[in-house]
Amino acid sequence: MAKRLPKKDVVIIGLGWTGSIMANELTDEGLEVMAIERGPWRDSPTDFPPTYMQDELRYRIRHELFARPEQMTFTFRNKMDQTALPIRSWGAFMPPNGVGGGGVHWNGEMWRFLPSDFVLKTHLTQRYGASFLPEDMTIQDWGVTYDELEPFYDRFEYTCGTSGTAGNLRGQIMEGGNPFEGPRGRPYPTLAQPQPFSHTLFAKAARELGYKPFPQPSGNLSTAYTNPLGMKMGPCTYCGFCEWFGCANYSKASPQTTILPHLIRKDNFSARANSEVLRIEVDRTGKRATGVVFVDASGEEWEQPADLVILSAFSIFNVQLLLHSKIGKPYDPVANVGTVGRNYSHQTISSVNGFFDPKKYNFNPFIGSGSIGMCVDEFNGDNFDHGPHGFVGGGYIGQVQTGARPIESTLVPPGTPSWGAEWKQTVKHYYLSTVKPGTGVHGGFYSYRDIYLDLDPTYKDRFGRPLMRITMDLKPNEVKQNKFLTDKFAEIIKAMGAEKVAPTYRTAPYDMTTYQTTHINGGAVMGTDPNTSVVNRYLQSWDVSNLFVLGASAFPQNPGYNPTLTVGALAYWAADAIRTKYLQSPGRLIDG
Amino acid sequence: MTDKYSRLSVHRRAVLAGAAYLIFRGSRANATTILDHLPWTPNAGNPPDPVTLGPWVYFTPDEGRTVEALADQIIPPDRETPGGKDAGSAVYIDRQLAGPYGRQEGLYIRPPFMKGMKNQGHQSEKGPAQEYREFLAAFDKASKSRFGGKPFFELLTEDQHRFLKDIEAEKVKLDDVDGKAFFAQVVKDVQMGFFADPLYGGNRDMVAWKMIGFPGARYNYLDWVGRHNEKFPLPPVGLTGRAEWNTRAQR
Repeated sequence: MAKRLPKKDVVIIGLGWTGSIMANELTDEGLEVMAIERGPWRDSPTDFPPTYMQDELRYRIRHELFARPEQMTFTFRNKMDQTALPIRSWGAFMPPNGVGGGGVHWNGEMWRFLPSDFVLKTHLTQRYGASFLPEDMTIQDWGVTYDELEPFYDRFEYTCGTSGTAGNLRGQIMEGGNPFEGPRGRPYPTLAQPQPFSHTLFAKAARELGYKPFPQPSGNLSTAYTNPLGMKMGPCTYCGFCEWFGCANYSKASPQTTILPHLIRKDNFSARANSEVLRIEVDRTGKRATGVVFVDASGEEWEQPADLVILSAFSIFNVQLLLHSKIGKPYDPVANVGTVGRNYSHQTISSVNGFFDPKKYNFNPFIGSGSIGMCVDEFNGDNFDHGPHGFVGGGYIGQVQTGARPIESTLVPPGTPSWGAEWKQTVKHYYLSTVKPGTGVHGGFYSYRDIYLDLDPTYKDRFGRPLMRITMDLKPNEVKQNKFLTDKFAEIIKAMGAEKVAPTYRTAPYDMTTYQTTHINGGAVMGTDPNTSVVNRYLQSWDVSNLFVLGASAFPQNPGYNPTLTVGALAYWAADAIRTKYLQSPGRLIDG
Repeated sequence: MTDKYSRLSVHRRAVLAGAAYLIFRGSRANATTILDHLPWTPNAGNPPDPVTLGPWVYFTPDEGRTVEALADQIIPPDRETPGGKDAGSAVYIDRQLAGPYGRQEGLYIRPPFMKGMKNQGHQSEKGPAQEYREFLAAFDKASKSRFGGKPFFELLTEDQHRFLKDIEAEKVKLDDVDGKAFFAQVVKDVQMGFFADPLYGGNRDMVAWKMIGFPGARYNYLDWVGRHNEKFPLPPVGLTGRAEWNTRAQR
């Protein structure tokens, strides 16, 4: 029997980006807020000190900052007629753990989605006709438009101090920025980061091929910055240990550097770390949440009653908690009914490595930041005519190399032995003269009827709850998209002057063992129709009106960009709806 | 208090500012509320613990010799840079197998264990430590049966090389072990130890970093971002410093 704690106005599940944003907004409203976080408290001086953070083995290879699969994992299969097996060690993505969530160990890429991404189904149907889309594709409009979200994109960019070059200022296309972006109300808060050698060489080659390269918008700051909450950040020092690592330098935007020190001082905010929420409790009508039940590190269960429940864990954990709490109708792909677990997606990532003559090119590739890079956006979303190509969607391509940590960055050209004297000589020959963009081809992943999440019939977690089952494969549309983008990318790498160009394509079947990105999305998607979405346009549950579900679980499909800026903007958008609409009259904000 | 609170039927309580408050008698730290200040103390942290040299921790003496011989085949010594053995790759693997990695600590190891597709990942109750032991036993047996009772580490280097090529090409099969797949794992581990920070036992004296030109665990390249196509002049540094700075890195 769970012990009952004093009631709060708001309980927040998960203290990462979205939980921190929402907690700060709702405490500003005077509400009493309690955040419950599964993992430990983490802070820059204690957990990411510059004396030992640059440890590739500990943080990258052994996953120190991530969730442990023994705490929580998933099962995986490609197709519905296969048996899903547990992900025993992380591979394709790395779920976060602890205060700050993925905001601790992300790279800091801060992309806005395209205006057409938010009305994708309508847009593609109008331009190409419904028959152009694959029959099993289940893309849909988001229920929120770019113009509605723009002020909230701006809020999050200014919270983070984002470094970048505007490409579209109030409708005017700006030289040096991304000409394809939607109009922005004002420039980025800080200037774009200066670029290392290979990144500038990429931009030059791209420009000569007729593209319009621009610096990747970055949450690693080019300069000192004080955000609207008074949080101070320092300039990035290009240490080359960013993704997988915490930033010891207060240079990477994270909840720790931009929100939490402000939030924690408010007397109406409190938090609990090392406490995992087991379920959201609902009353007898099933339409109202009464609070949450969580278990602390000693195994003791507690009930935290609250009037408003914010589910702001990592995307896939949100879906899992909804299923475990029996909120909403689980998705059934056969009958094509239900919503929870529907429209799960990822990214379609590949890259092209370039090997250059060491006599002419020394890139010092270890100099980098998480979101450094020069990119081109000509082939993202619907920025180009897909008619002749037979697929939809796209992605950005760019030299976005984040450093050259030696375990993973000692590459040899194809055809070289993988060990022995020749391998050793070749590694030595090329290390300083290799371009290794990592996620250089950053493609979208659209949604499909038989790619989804549900509860596994066999495997259980440490509390005896069923693991969630991921049914996920790569469809011909995304394979074609990736081939097209990777070939375009390889042309630019070649034009940079590489003597050897090594593309790798993303192909079916989907592989759970090789890392792509941690951008896993959907499963509790937003929309305008309760039959095809879990939450309405304000991220409010259709079923339980005092429950809001934040995060990338709301994405109906995944565009060809990194998700975090949109995740943060949606959190500010939902917070605004709560502050200006819900609190005036608690209940459904939209009739469904 | 404004009207919207009463509509939310809020029960507001006084908050004890400045201190974490305990709600239940006997509550421990894990039932503590974080309130008012960031919960960290100066100089707290979790620094790494460098391995100490000395006898094998996990391997038997013969296993150790075998892995050292494998390390020198995978990364042969040359005039400028030591091989895998002298760089400490076998020590690195030994200490890794003796630690949490060898036991699959933190991984999901609940049953049932079923054979899956390659893209579903490792599905075995056995951790790397046990798998190494089984591989090395089968590998030793295969070497002895082919080379008149000689273990791998006593073979001529040309014979060692040819034997590994044959395992890679699946011309030599090992009993109950996928020799080709496991050798690929050994290659990965030897190279990982070679390039990891020296505190883990490999990359001794940062020989691998010197070989490729990686400056190590530095923290600030601000002055170097804009200096294109210039050689970075400073030698590498590890998390425990450089040999000439302290005695720890020399061990």
